[in-house]
Amino acid sequence: MSVKLTASALAITAVAATSAAARDQVQVAGSSTVLPYASIVAEAFGENFDFPTPVVESGGSSAGLKRFCEGVGENTIDVANASRKIKDKEIKACAEAGVTDIIEVRIGYDGIVFASDINGNGFEYTPTDWFLALSNEILVDGQMVANPNKTWADVNANFPAQALQAFIPGTKHGTREVFEDKVILAGCEATGAFDVLLAAAEGDTDKAKHKAAEKACISLRTDGVSVDIDGDYTETLARIESNKDGIGVFGLAFYENNTDKLQVATMSGIVPSTESIATGEYPVSRPLFFYVKKAHIGVIPGLKEFAEFFIADEIAGEDGPLAEYGLVSDPELTDTQTAVADEAVLGSNM
Amino acid sequence: MTDATQNTGAVAPKSSLHTLDARTKRRNAAESRFKLYGMVAIGIGLLMLVTLLTTILSKGTGAFTQTFVTMEVDLLESKLDKSGERDLEKIKKVTTFGYAPLIKSAFEKTVKTHGMETDLKSKTMAKILSKSAASQLRNYVIANPDQIGQTIEFRFLANSRVDGYMKGRVTRDSIANDKNITPAQLDFVDQLIEVGALTKTFNIDFIIGADASDQRPEAAGIGVAMMGSLFMMLVVLALALPIGVAASIYLEEFAPKNWITDIIEVNISNLAAVPSIVFGILGLAVFINYMHLPQSAPLVGGLVLTLMTLPTIIISTRAALKAVPPSIRDAALGVGASKMQAVFHHVLPLAAPGILTGTIIGLAQALGETAPLLLIGMIGFIASNMPETVGEGLLSPNSAMPAQIYEWAKRADPAFYERAWGGIIILLIFLISMNTLAVLLRRRFERRW
Repeated sequence: MSVKLTASALAITAVAATSAAARDQVQVAGSSTVLPYASIVAEAFGENFDFPTPVVESGGSSAGLKRFCEGVGENTIDVANASRKIKDKEIKACAEAGVTDIIEVRIGYDGIVFASDINGNGFEYTPTDWFLALSNEILVDGQMVANPNKTWADVNANFPAQALQAFIPGTKHGTREVFEDKVILAGCEATGAFDVLLAAAEGDTDKAKHKAAEKACISLRTDGVSVDIDGDYTETLARIESNKDGIGVFGLAFYENNTDKLQVATMSGIVPSTESIATGEYPVSRPLFFYVKKAHIGVIPGLKEFAEFFIADEIAGEDGPLAEYGLVSDPELTDTQTAVADEAVLGSNM
Repeated sequence: MTDATQNTGAVAPKSSLHTLDARTKRRNAAESRFKLYGMVAIGIGLLMLVTLLTTILSKGTGAFTQTFVTMEVDLLESKLDKSGERDLEKIKKVTTFGYAPLIKSAFEKTVKTHGMETDLKSKTMAKILSKSAASQLRNYVIANPDQIGQTIEFRFLANSRVDGYMKGRVTRDSIANDKNITPAQLDFVDQLIEVGALTKTFNIDFIIGADASDQRPEAAGIGVAMMGSLFMMLVVLALALPIGVAASIYLEEFAPKNWITDIIEVNISNLAAVPSIVFGILGLAVFINYMHLPQSAPLVGGLVLTLMTLPTIIISTRAALKAVPPSIRDAALGVGASKMQAVFHHVLPLAAPGILTGTIIGLAQALGETAPLLLIGMIGFIASNMPETVGEGLLSPNSAMPAQIYEWAKRADPAFYERAWGGIIILLIFLISMNTLAVLLRRRFERRW
């Protein structure tokens, strides 16, 4: 009897849920790099406001933006975190699903560091080293040949003869793109391989040729030297712990929480730190964003307040908790604050 | 050619039955080898179990204790309620950031009263506390606005590095490159231990508390996720048990045996083998996108897990019904009972222990399931409060125990890793008690014919 009662009670709640409107908490998903920052903000938001604590999910920038672009309505997320700018393709997909007014918010900058086991060899990299280590084809005597390098000593005579093994973020992570742009592509250009590829590139226009050459540059070798990690940095860390030769790509904040297990490599002679990233000396950094659906402001309670709180001086400023966790604060934070207050959408005022 | 009997007689060994011939020896050796293989297999299994349990226990027990700092805090009116009106709305305007100075001066006071010597600035001292300290203070003040102006003793959480130092995870060597804590702060911690202000005690908040952000692993607890799991299990029980039992009784006792029921039967067995992630995708498409149920809600989680558990319950219920001998049914029908009376008055009570066992094992399986929850938004940073009503428990966003463990295991701070192991201990306790209950029920009520 009681079972029947519970079942019918449940059915009633279920029906009530479908008819009852307005979800009352903000729903966020996206980049796992932004996740710690977003959860710090969500927690402080829940503590200081009368709104419930927002729910923050991860899954990668692309996955988050895909869910963001599924449409407008309570069963879709309100905010997408991304460790890269939204692509034109994604804006188009959004528009097709009815998500037209998107507010772009830059929260600050994040460094990407190269780290290896604390007891292993230390490295001082340049982008060229990484291109020579991981690219599918490299330039030898004016010819593009399949990458023959086996150890770091093959790549750069100053390095120890440690087997090449890199754990890099998988393609669904925004970090991967920054790695390709700022490291591999930079190395490709520095070695002269880019010019050779551009000369050989097929395409109708210069732009198409350029694109083809870039694409050839960033195609990585597939013989097991470079391993894509689709999970989070903890997975990369676990891989390095089991394979001491491995070099991993991490976010600065992750490295700073695990300094007892990892040693960081310099890039072009600069040690990564919030300071060297803020001044722009350390080359491999990228802005972090979140995107807000304007249509949900006023529908989901607390959404605008959350967006404003995220970039408030006391949170995202130089002395705020985000900077303390490893975010490099944005020098143009005030502009962002006004943009959010005005609810300026993408493409309207640029 | 040769006579068979004679031949046998000639070949038969003329020795005692007590001495073994070569063939018997070989057979006996094969048997003892087989026994040995069996024992080795069991030994390997046991070894794995012992390794698993010792790893879990050694890594996870740390999560149940936590380092606390006890201090007296002056709740200054000048900082918390400038107007002096004790207007709650105005007091609420002071954010957690406004409480930081109180904590700093509390440290200065502690240093003075205990006569400690340190070069650290109060800001650096305050860094050994968890970031949750300010919100703890603020919650207290909002709950007791009349206490403003008083001096109250508080017990704050120490931050994860200090806690790690107390647990031996963090040493002066390991923090060489760590910018979150300095050896000077650890010296200060040692002084606090001496005067008894800093202690490591049992931490109930780990069992009853909510998740915390990446910056304060010390404040994270599994309690709210436990409630999430509980509400999901309630949904599963309330839906899967009646549906599953009704379906099996019909199929087993009433349905005609024809090709349609055969197809249904095959499909139920197939469903039982479908990977759980598939049910997650189904849940996302049907419950969230089509029926517009809220995301991250235990109700949706429970519905998805119901789909997953149903086949298990149907299969075990049918087995339990089959095990009731036909003579019981025949006897009931023979004295004039209708088919339904025979089933409900005689067969079902006898099959009940088997049905319950199957249900509990199905529930235990559902309790440990993570994959389908991934797609309906139950994995992530979901730091909700304890649900106050049943409706809230079902509909407000929540996580589940295994989802919480997965979430902790992938966070950057090593202190979360310890909590993941601690969460596993709690989850295991639940699973073991559920399985024990199933075994006990079977022992107590099962009848054999």
